Amino acid sequence: MYSFQLPEFMIERAADRCIRCRVCERQCANQVYSYDAELDRMFIEEKNCVGCQRCVVLCPTLALNVRPRTSDYRPNASWTRDKMQNLKKQAETGGVILTGSGNDKPYRIYWDHLVLNASQVTNPSIDPLREPMELKTYLGRKPDAVKITRCADGFDVETESFPNVAIPTPLVFSAMSYGAISYPAYLSLAAAAKELGTLFNTGEGGLPEHMRREFGGNAIVQCASGRFGVDADYLNNSQIVEIKIGQGAKPGIGGHLPGEKVLANISETRMIPIGTDALSPAPQHDIYSIEDLSMLIYALKEATNYAKPVSVKIAAVHNVAAIASGIVRAGADIVAIDGFRGGTGAAPQATRDNVGIPLELALAAVDKRLREEGIRNKCSIMAAGGIRCSADAIKAIALGADGVYVGTAALIAMGCTLCQKCYTGKCNWGITTQDPFLIKRLNPELTTQRLVNLMRAWSHEIQEMLGGMGINAIESLRGNRDHLRGIGLEDWELNVLGVKGAGE
Amino acid sequence: MRQQYHQSERFTPDKEMQACGLFGVMDTTGKRFGGDMAIKAIKNMKVRGNGLGGGFGVYGIYPDYQEYYAFHVMYQDRNQAAKRMVEEYLKQNFYVIYDEEIPTDPGVNVFQPPLVWRYFVSPPPRKKGAEEHLTDDEYVVNKVMFVNINIEDAYVFSSGKNVGVFKGVGFPEEVAAYFMLDKLYQGYLWTVHSRFPTNTPGWWGGAHPFGILDWTVVHNGEISSYGTNRRFLAMHDYYCTLYTDTEVVAYAVDLLMRKQGLPIEVLSKIFAPPLWDAIKLMSAKEQKLYTTLRMVYAPLMLNGPFTIIVSHHNEMIGLTDRIRLRPITAGAKGDLVFLSSEEGAIRAVCPDLDMVWTPPGGEPVIVRLNSKDHLLSTNKSI
Amino acid sequence: MQIKFGYRDNFLYEIRPTGVLCSECMSIDADKAVIEARDLKHKEVNDLCREAVLSGVSKITINNVFGQRYIGTRLYNPTGQHKVTITINNFPGNDLGIFLDGHRIIVNGNAQDGVGNTMNEGEIIVHGRAGDVAAMAMRGGKIFVRDNVGYRAAIHMKEYRDKLPVLVIGGTAQDFMGEYLAGGVVIMLGLGLKENEPHRANYIGTGMHGGVIYLRGHVEPHQLGKEVGVRELDDHDWQVLQTHVYEYCQHFSKDPAEILSSKFIKLLPVSKRPYGNIYAY
Repeated sequence: MYSFQLPEFMIERAADRCIRCRVCERQCANQVYSYDAELDRMFIEEKNCVGCQRCVVLCPTLALNVRPRTSDYRPNASWTRDKMQNLKKQAETGGVILTGSGNDKPYRIYWDHLVLNASQVTNPSIDPLREPMELKTYLGRKPDAVKITRCADGFDVETESFPNVAIPTPLVFSAMSYGAISYPAYLSLAAAAKELGTLFNTGEGGLPEHMRREFGGNAIVQCASGRFGVDADYLNNSQIVEIKIGQGAKPGIGGHLPGEKVLANISETRMIPIGTDALSPAPQHDIYSIEDLSMLIYALKEATNYAKPVSVKIAAVHNVAAIASGIVRAGADIVAIDGFRGGTGAAPQATRDNVGIPLELALAAVDKRLREEGIRNKCSIMAAGGIRCSADAIKAIALGADGVYVGTAALIAMGCTLCQKCYTGKCNWGITTQDPFLIKRLNPELTTQRLVNLMRAWSHEIQEMLGGMGINAIESLRGNRDHLRGIGLEDWELNVLGVKGAGE
Repeated sequence: MRQQYHQSERFTPDKEMQACGLFGVMDTTGKRFGGDMAIKAIKNMKVRGNGLGGGFGVYGIYPDYQEYYAFHVMYQDRNQAAKRMVEEYLKQNFYVIYDEEIPTDPGVNVFQPPLVWRYFVSPPPRKKGAEEHLTDDEYVVNKVMFVNINIEDAYVFSSGKNVGVFKGVGFPEEVAAYFMLDKLYQGYLWTVHSRFPTNTPGWWGGAHPFGILDWTVVHNGEISSYGTNRRFLAMHDYYCTLYTDTEVVAYAVDLLMRKQGLPIEVLSKIFAPPLWDAIKLMSAKEQKLYTTLRMVYAPLMLNGPFTIIVSHHNEMIGLTDRIRLRPITAGAKGDLVFLSSEEGAIRAVCPDLDMVWTPPGGEPVIVRLNSKDHLLSTNKSI
Repeated sequence: MQIKFGYRDNFLYEIRPTGVLCSECMSIDADKAVIEARDLKHKEVNDLCREAVLSGVSKITINNVFGQRYIGTRLYNPTGQHKVTITINNFPGNDLGIFLDGHRIIVNGNAQDGVGNTMNEGEIIVHGRAGDVAAMAMRGGKIFVRDNVGYRAAIHMKEYRDKLPVLVIGGTAQDFMGEYLAGGVVIMLGLGLKENEPHRANYIGTGMHGGVIYLRGHVEPHQLGKEVGVRELDDHDWQVLQTHVYEYCQHFSKDPAEILSSKFIKLLPVSKRPYGNIYAY
């Protein structure tokens, strides 16, 4: 049927600048541009444009301007353009509206309402460039106490430690599966993690065999509900095994990789036939209650000879504190909380925008509850879901996180512009596509360099802020709400976060 | 008790920041002496305080009552109702052997002195109910925590055997004159503190030393990891009520040394652990020890500038932070060992020292009864 | 806790008038003055010092010093001044000679923190050890310490045109020696160390972007800050070194030939702008 939807983006081409080089035509995977040789003119099909800005960036004369088309309907605070367009789309197709990347609705961002401390007079600030500033973090379960015996030349540690993983900075790459993102993008994440000494997360798409020897030492492998590519070799070539219960972008729903994206390599890594949809079930079908989770955790520990910490990733939902407490008592060594701003390759828009709670509140609640029960040292907490800059990361640590997952930010470093069309498989930047023509656009070496630069810059900024607070080791900031103050927050929000208002 | 204490972190009281002067002196043979040295030394460092706090921790002062726990309790604003409640509580939970007001000099002028009373108590040999299997020390800590948290205007300054903490608002020599320390008491270990508070001037409870059981701590500096330390200790049932960051040191010492049985050298490596750069260059055995300590006790690391003198019976330990943002000097003459913020103060009481040394940051000076262990710290010192 | 507490003056309380102090604690004999500093407060000692200088003496001896601060500081006289020599027996307090401008101070004992802090001209000679941040932000003049120094010695020492500060340490230092060094000469002799025992300082010269450190003895590469390069001494260096070592030996009666015969290394900054490329413009 004829579509009643308006185009989402409008494109302006400065006629005096365009030199008809046709770069825009070649670069656009959505076939927005076409060239008529006879008329020597570029033609535009606006309805196809997704606003990824690839043509704008690559146009040699900056002749193009791609902007969201302002709401053409009469202004209506309740019936916004988005709502109306979605309605029309559903009327035409009868389907669930899909979207990609993270929640874009204007819910309150608590990071922007928290401010940090700096030392003056009573405590010197420390200069990270000249004095030592330690960001090293250990992820895993810690014992309650250490038993020490004196011996001839010092002390012997008698307590057997649980397995822990050391990372030089609290920033870790978040779970983005091979399949959801392209091979060069996935490889760049792995290579960047290796170069920095930190970790990357394989997501539910498995770890290709040829990468296991080289990158296993920096990998967090996921055992998700689809159990794609999960075998003993995969589990043992890792540093941490993560059980994915949920994901911030789509709590309660499993992963969805459309058949178009399942080509030969994906098929091999995930061990499913080419062209089939890779659907992860919503729950893990052997975990219907918390004791089942305990069963799976110990099964994984057995499979990895108790040598690796087991992490459980959950989405931040309403009773996340109680859930986290249960997970720790079930035997998990790390709890990863994914807030509702977390990204995804494909999710129903209704779920992405309406389900879940902000990471900041979830993190504060979980940290507080685990301390009240006296079990905070039994796990490390990873915070994920919309960490946009190093200041967000350091605030997450002050609220109680041990480490921070960086997902969307890493993609943006690679070139992503958050056009939210990852599920179409036509990512013009070569990141969330499997189209061989498109993925050639991503050079793994350069992309690795971009990611390494990003993490180094953020680590450096974290060091500067720590030094400003008069702290020279990150473990002294973990959970230290005294160094945070809230601005423009309501009473109940301050209570949940456990943070005083600025000036208090 | 735990649930009611804080509904949210938001309501925990602000902590104190301070710059101060410290001094400690111990006779390693256990011979007791008067307060003149301590008072003279702290007076020499008068400019390090601002006259709004001073305190003394003295060991060996109650030889006749040395099997009993000596509680020094402060009643804010001389609140008689609080006193009645505390005494009722003590009667119910202890045998109170003897109690009296701590003698003070009426001629000395100090700011709004509270009522300070001392009780010599003994826990019942058979404790009731759930507390049946607790040790005496554990029992005393629980009861002291209860008084501090629940009985308004009553605070327990010290709760150890044969040890007393005397503190208040004023220059330390004024506090000493008020409690007549030079006239009435003899001890083998004296620690003194001169305070420069910025947050809660004039609160007698905020002065140092800080004490629980027979641990006393005097502290110079600001603990910027206070929030982290405090929340970790709350997990182990230690609640910080005295609006000052030194509390975490005292409770951490009690937790690590008494409850978990760690030796003092390990304790100093938890408070001021070596840097990762330095750990990389150590032997495998040391690496394992320090990595494990840093991993497990990360929330007890004290960050920020500090010098602390921690004392308990038979031991006095001085420690600075690992990048030495606050000073410490140790001195020895004969059987006497001194620790101080400034060398000048030690020299003022003992000009001809046998040796004087300053350990590097993070290395403790451990002074033990009947031993020369304090000399162990000289090999890396200047 | 709502009680208002007035201000308690811990520094200026009960200072006796200078006239009284002069008669009780100072005696002047031709161009020598002797001050008895026992139980005097910081300001009182310095009041007497200033009186002595204004009355024209050129040698001051202060006895029974136990921790008094800022000695030698309040002696600046804009209308031109003669230089005096102050001998301190025995234990001055913090910030000895802070902002010193041309006088000479001799300490017969150990000094504390902040010796020669932001000093402009003059000389300080310590027959003993010094504490932390010795020669901090020093801009000119010379400091000789016979024994060891504490943390952050010569931190942010600077030089400018013909003003060249010099710090000579006879023993060894603790961490962060020469932090932020921007100019001047630091010489560390390590005389108390045993054969082949390395110096104990870590992070030597971290943030160094000027000046030079001459080290006698041995350091491991991991003890040096990342801005520091190690070089051999050239002829000019040997001349500078010899001049200052001879002077050190004169003060403390040691043998210069023996000291100079050992191995020395030179520590230099590798770049003038060590942090130029960590910022994104």
